[in-house]
Amino acid sequence: MADRAQPVSARAGIGAALVVAALIFGTLAAVVLRAEPGRGLGSADWAALRFTLIQACLSAGLSVALAIPAARALARRRFAGRRLLIALLGAPFILPVIVAILGLLQVFGRAGWLSDVLALFGLEPVQIYGLHGVVLAHVFFNLPLATRLILQGWQEIPAERFRLAAQLGADARAMRNLLEYPMLRRVVPGALAVIFAICLSSFAVALTLGGGPRATTIELAIYQAFRFDFDLGRAAMLSGLQLVLTGAAALVAVKVAVGEGFGAGLDRPLQRWDGNSTTSRVMDGFWILLAAAFLLLPLAAIALSGVPGLVGLKASVWTAALNSILVATLSTVLMLVLALPMATAVALGRGTVIEVAGILGLAASPLVIGTGLFIVIYPIADPFALALPVTALVNAVMALPFALRILVPRAKSVVGRYGRLSMSLDMRGLPFVLRVLLPRMRAQIGFSAGLAAALSMGDLGVVALFADPEFATLPLQVYRLMGAYRMEAAAGAALLLLALSMSAFWILDRGGRWHAEA
Amino acid sequence: MLRLENCLIENGGFALHADLEIAPGSRIAVIGPSGAGKSTLIEALAGFRALSEGAIRWRDYDLTPIEPGKRPIAMLFQDGNLFPHLTVAQNVGLGIHPNLRLDNAQQANVQAALARVGLDGMGDRKPAALSGGQQSRVALARVLVQGRDLLLLDEPFAALGPALKAEMLDLVAELVAESGATLLMVSHDPSDARRIADQVVLVAEGEADPPMDTATLLDNPPPALKAYLG
Repeated sequence: MADRAQPVSARAGIGAALVVAALIFGTLAAVVLRAEPGRGLGSADWAALRFTLIQACLSAGLSVALAIPAARALARRRFAGRRLLIALLGAPFILPVIVAILGLLQVFGRAGWLSDVLALFGLEPVQIYGLHGVVLAHVFFNLPLATRLILQGWQEIPAERFRLAAQLGADARAMRNLLEYPMLRRVVPGALAVIFAICLSSFAVALTLGGGPRATTIELAIYQAFRFDFDLGRAAMLSGLQLVLTGAAALVAVKVAVGEGFGAGLDRPLQRWDGNSTTSRVMDGFWILLAAAFLLLPLAAIALSGVPGLVGLKASVWTAALNSILVATLSTVLMLVLALPMATAVALGRGTVIEVAGILGLAASPLVIGTGLFIVIYPIADPFALALPVTALVNAVMALPFALRILVPRAKSVVGRYGRLSMSLDMRGLPFVLRVLLPRMRAQIGFSAGLAAALSMGDLGVVALFADPEFATLPLQVYRLMGAYRMEAAAGAALLLLALSMSAFWILDRGGRWHAEA
Repeated sequence: MLRLENCLIENGGFALHADLEIAPGSRIAVIGPSGAGKSTLIEALAGFRALSEGAIRWRDYDLTPIEPGKRPIAMLFQDGNLFPHLTVAQNVGLGIHPNLRLDNAQQANVQAALARVGLDGMGDRKPAALSGGQQSRVALARVLVQGRDLLLLDEPFAALGPALKAEMLDLVAELVAESGATLLMVSHDPSDARRIADQVVLVAEGEADPPMDTATLLDNPPPALKAYLG
């Protein structure tokens, strides 16, 4: 008899984890076998490596540097719309990259709003393509993430510490030394590492705003070797390089220790006595406005410029939209089929193996998996014919780490709270899963499914690798319209994509919480 | 007879030994200092904790290798005895069939059990719409339809006020009297024991003693119990 009886078996979860590991390592092996040893890196490859590292460092540094004052302001000010703004900081995560880029072009591009303003003063229009454009887009995506991480750091400081600091008469500088700097020392390294790792595998941003020998990331170089030269050997070698980079960065991001905390408080309501001077009020207001404008202006630009394009959308756009819905649906189902058994197995205490498999998805790059799948599929079938399922599968694996972070804690609490009761009623296996586990996890399943659907809907990665001219998902179609300089149609299609992504997230997340008790 | 034959239950650095017999139909209170292993004993009986040594037999039938849900045992825990997403009737119906496929006779059985505990007509509500006492009654209705030989209570009424707790204990006493089930209930309150238990199993210093008459034991407590009772 097992030491602790369980209401459900961990086997399915271990199986799912093995499938994920086999997919990631299998494609990696396919790539490694294909890479020609001894050929070494050419000068273009070195340039891609250099550019990848430089843009990732700049993006991470700038995002975090700007997030520190923004998070400080959000932490100590209370104003109407504060909660909404903080919630909006989560939006870029599910915002399709191509949509954001169109918005950024509308604001910061040659013919954008900023250039229009500069022209009033007789200044040259700004140039967005190249390194600074790539960094700008990365900061757009990651400044909100960094702000949320640092804000969380602020919120973890117990209210008692602020009370004590106020009682001791701490001024702004003392507050920084007593509370803010120790908190930042704990939070900032992790934030830097996470954003650095995210920017390393940047593909869609580099594809649209970079390019050329001076602004090519490794992911983009893989794509080019593959699509333009059909040089599988070089694509494979670059994939290997990319894997080493992301693997190392993911390892660092996980390792960067969360140092000592502030100890527990008694959850007294937070009240702050600092930051009452006029200067600090003005400065905080400035940072909040700046962050909000940076986040909201490109979104507003898409909404404004997309509406005229929306009326005359071509049939090709609607077909692409249908493909995107299919990909997102299939991807969401695949993600749940993998993630639910995995989360359950982790909740049963079979954690290590499975959590490692989940984290693999963070280190693996979609283009590497895509290249590997292509190499594997090529001899037996036409890879281009499989673009839809392959895209869905890769998207599902990419969403897996996030889904597990949402599902695992809830699965643990359900098994912990209802496991014994269910067993004493002889409710095991399927009845336990259907009657207890899934109903109790509905909200989390809806949330993670919403994320997966939105991420897949907006993904412009592996699909670019696999699609032939006849096939497109909506993000790819937007990219093609941009490439053909049909900006109005592109903006219309982008607005449609934005609406589809957000509704997919909203419907699934809402569906999970509909009529859900306690 | 319920026999615990030379049982050793280990939990980390803690070990509890039990070698005792309980007659069918008894009403037993398990009392002792906190941390002495009262809940451990009940969990081992219910099958949530494996024995390191020994065996548990019910009517000469070895329960030791049997899974919790297959034992002739109904159990109520300290908390979390109901599923909040299921209706009252569904929560009771789980006691008949864990996948809730009930025929008409079984449905009627559920309604009758609800009526017996005083919850007639509340079958369609969710637990959150009931008071604490009513939630306890739902759990007892489920015990009723389970129809098991043994009923284990791990202080399920601890969160209720004194009057309500007494009411529930009286209901438990009535129900086991009607069904003839054997009752074992953990308690840290000697007045609970006096109220419904005819015998007491004292758990102290790593040992679960054979049952003794409640009044005799509580009136002349041995040193370990005396220290606890104060």
